[in-house]
Amino acid sequence: MKIVVLVKEVPDTYAERRLNLETGLADREANDRVLDEIGERAVEVAVSYAESHPDTEVTVLTIGPQAVPTSLRKALAMGATSGFHVLDDALRGADLTLTAEALAKAAERIGFDLIIAGDVSTDGNAGVIPAMLAERLGIAHATALNSLEISETDIGGERETSGGTITLTASLPAIVSITERHPDARFPGFKGIMASKKKSIVTVDLADLNIDSDADLPRSIVVAVSARPARSAGLKIVDEGNAGQQLAEYLVQNRLV
Amino acid sequence: MTELTIDPILVLLDVSSTGELATSAAELLGAAARIGTPVAVIITRPGHGQDAAMAAGVQGAQRVLVAETPEVDSVLAAHIVDGLVLAYERVNPSAVLISNSIEGRDVAGRFAVRTQNALAVDAVGVDCDDEGIIVHHSVYGGAYDVDSAVTFGTPVVTIREGGVEDRAAAANPIIESLEYVGTGRRAATIVSFAPEPAKSSRPSLRGATRVVAGGRGVGSAEDFALVEQLADVLGAAVGASRVAVDSGYVPHSYQVGQTGVSVSPQLYIALGISGAIQHRAGMQTAKTIVAINKDPEALIFEIADFGVVGDLFTVVPQLVSALIATKD
Repeated sequence: MKIVVLVKEVPDTYAERRLNLETGLADREANDRVLDEIGERAVEVAVSYAESHPDTEVTVLTIGPQAVPTSLRKALAMGATSGFHVLDDALRGADLTLTAEALAKAAERIGFDLIIAGDVSTDGNAGVIPAMLAERLGIAHATALNSLEISETDIGGERETSGGTITLTASLPAIVSITERHPDARFPGFKGIMASKKKSIVTVDLADLNIDSDADLPRSIVVAVSARPARSAGLKIVDEGNAGQQLAEYLVQNRLV
Repeated sequence: MTELTIDPILVLLDVSSTGELATSAAELLGAAARIGTPVAVIITRPGHGQDAAMAAGVQGAQRVLVAETPEVDSVLAAHIVDGLVLAYERVNPSAVLISNSIEGRDVAGRFAVRTQNALAVDAVGVDCDDEGIIVHHSVYGGAYDVDSAVTFGTPVVTIREGGVEDRAAAANPIIESLEYVGTGRRAATIVSFAPEPAKSSRPSLRGATRVVAGGRGVGSAEDFALVEQLADVLGAAVGASRVAVDSGYVPHSYQVGQTGVSVSPQLYIALGISGAIQHRAGMQTAKTIVAINKDPEALIFEIADFGVVGDLFTVVPQLVSALIATKD
């Protein structure tokens, strides 16, 4: 079984994140860059499967700038077999269309039976990449799965939908995305970290994938960015026995009830 | 009305297993009416189309294209994408609006690729100017406002659930049937559907105008009843911090924050929530924030319009009685 896991380096959400107000792109200096937690959970799913199915190859696939392999090493230390990095200046600020094209071509290059992704990234918040890849690759998608079972020929799982839970199956090859309901990613052990140093990360650019980023296709672009004024603290009282009463009065006065 | 606003805007409406339009319908049609003429697409199981189409009219659809197919119960998303593509070819719209629900995102991703159009996601509003359609986004937990546009073609836009306040005037829609021809692309099979147990009468978190949320300070699943009690007095939805969810006080669907639901209510009351940055990312665009926490240093006080340093188990019961007294 060949599994490709989509991972993404994002600004750490443990600190205030910033956008460059001129370009609309993430201010890379403002935060530590880390693997998105949901992508780590996707790696965990793949690596757990590989542990009980020794013929499994897990490739972690990402798009990102020069420094990305540092993050990618963590996924390799968790137990992924190899890394695949699409690196190209034309991907800076790429829209979803170009991103999906690059990921789909890269997945084809690697070869796969199953692609696993997180359901939504913490920075782009889009959650559409798996369906876009499914359409490009001509395969089934099963997104936002709270549970996932993988067999040699199929995947199955459950997802919440409006008014209930649906159970899905799909024949491989397929792409799935998983939710936070999946277990936390493991911490790479010393052995994993040592082993990861010998694992390979292939780096390609768009030309290698036969992608023309200047092709005459509609693109989504940022036309304006502004920072919201930061909120400031208002009235703060210490309860001396009547804070509930005071709060009720505040709500009534401000027509909030 | 200017020349610009007569263009057809194609709107895909989600329909529940019992045939009702999703609550996102009103905001999708409202957003569409702001930039053109709302034309709804409804793809549902046989027998449900007519009622859903009439309901779409009440919410502002001027024209409704309806396809009925039993496959909505057995195949994931594929038939909806096929139907939407058919409607797109017939209507030739200037934009396509889809809910940013899980189902909507699947359809939007496939549709944008198949029709070779650019995709803008998680929008909180749309407008149009001389150069075309502008899509508004709220980024990094509401810290930034970002506008996007497409270079050419028809923008495909997913709209955040509960993200748009516009509502369209009721219309008497022209209803047309859409002959359904599936393209038979590979898709996941829906094996079964388990309806969730009877819903509470509380408003749902997405799009709620008032939210009362509990965190670590609530301490247990049993004591979460206090959060619910205050919510019910206010007619508010109930939310929770990630810690409260991870501790098992409430189900995952209650989670507000970076990886949960994003809310922008008129009033947000945080009970025993410290205000970690990931929680703030899901609620800091609320109009008024109230916080009760026994830790005077809690981060939540930095953004609270009214903060109470105190024990929520004494303050909240007093607040509830005072609010009930006001009502009488």
